[in-house]
Amino acid sequence: MFTYVLYGTMSVLLIASWSKDKKKTKMALKKAWKSFENILPQLFTVLLIIGMMLSVLDKEMISSLLGSESGVLGMALAAIIGSITLIPGFVAFPLAASLLKAGAGYGQITMFITTLMMVGIVTMPVEIQYFGRSTTIKRNLFAFFYAVVISVLLGGIIYK
Amino acid sequence: MQNWKKIIKRYRFFGVFLVINLIVLFIYPELGKESFIITAKNLKEMLMVIPPIFVLLGLLDVWVEKETMMKFMGADSGIKGALLAFLLGSAAAGPLYAAFPVAGILLKKGVRLFNVFLFIGAWATTKLPLILFEVSSLGFSYMFLRFICNLIGIVLIAFLLEKATRQEEREKIYEMSQQL
Repeated sequence: MFTYVLYGTMSVLLIASWSKDKKKTKMALKKAWKSFENILPQLFTVLLIIGMMLSVLDKEMISSLLGSESGVLGMALAAIIGSITLIPGFVAFPLAASLLKAGAGYGQITMFITTLMMVGIVTMPVEIQYFGRSTTIKRNLFAFFYAVVISVLLGGIIYK
Repeated sequence: MQNWKKIIKRYRFFGVFLVINLIVLFIYPELGKESFIITAKNLKEMLMVIPPIFVLLGLLDVWVEKETMMKFMGADSGIKGALLAFLLGSAAAGPLYAAFPVAGILLKKGVRLFNVFLFIGAWATTKLPLILFEVSSLGFSYMFLRFICNLIGIVLIAFLLEKATRQEEREKIYEMSQQL
């Protein structure tokens, strides 16, 4: 659905731009290609690493590791898995729901979801290209601390 | 010749992992195949979403003046600029790594660092389609609690990050964005 909106918006704007100024539009397309090609090597590498990792860590394995009574260890594990991999949300949420059903705690799940979305060790090379090493590391660290806080809050206090 | 060398150098890590994956495919056919299937699926998804984003960015770069963006989200844009950055991130789709090129253009157009970090935080966590998905799989009250925490968390992280970025580092980031 979103993809259609995206392509629709792009087409409309592209046509509008083309009818107004062909030269500028060509320049825009050239810039688009240049910046796309620029991140391709990192992106390909990232996708390969994610593919390899997800093939090893299947659903059953994650469920058994984050299961009930896994406590702090399960929390730490959730953080590690979540920080390394980047799984799109529409895969992550159903996975989280099935993990909850399988007996995982809210703390572990919150840790998993939050680090999954905000901390990306594998994608750091892409991030560094735009923000530099130091700021990239800081952003990921802050996000990680935040993940710990919200997991303890939701898992340890509210959904106890 | 020079060109080839450059290409090989840029894609060397990709080559290394490709070889590793091929070795895995050779020793553990099942695992290797699974891995390639997942990679192909992710690649397909990426190639669907990312090209239009880059075309839109190219158009934005060509048509929107730096002064305009600075007025809306620059250093003196205040709460309105922050709100705009937040909404922009929430309305987006695609994985977090697609957000970085967009952030790069925002930087190039002189958007305040705090607003750029807000944008990234919103892109990562408060996307509208994802929230609907979260409600259906984890329930409304869980989504709502997490959403409120995220709101506070994103603002806090953006604030701390801006404070923790020294002047010369800040200049370097803006300089890097000029080369996009």
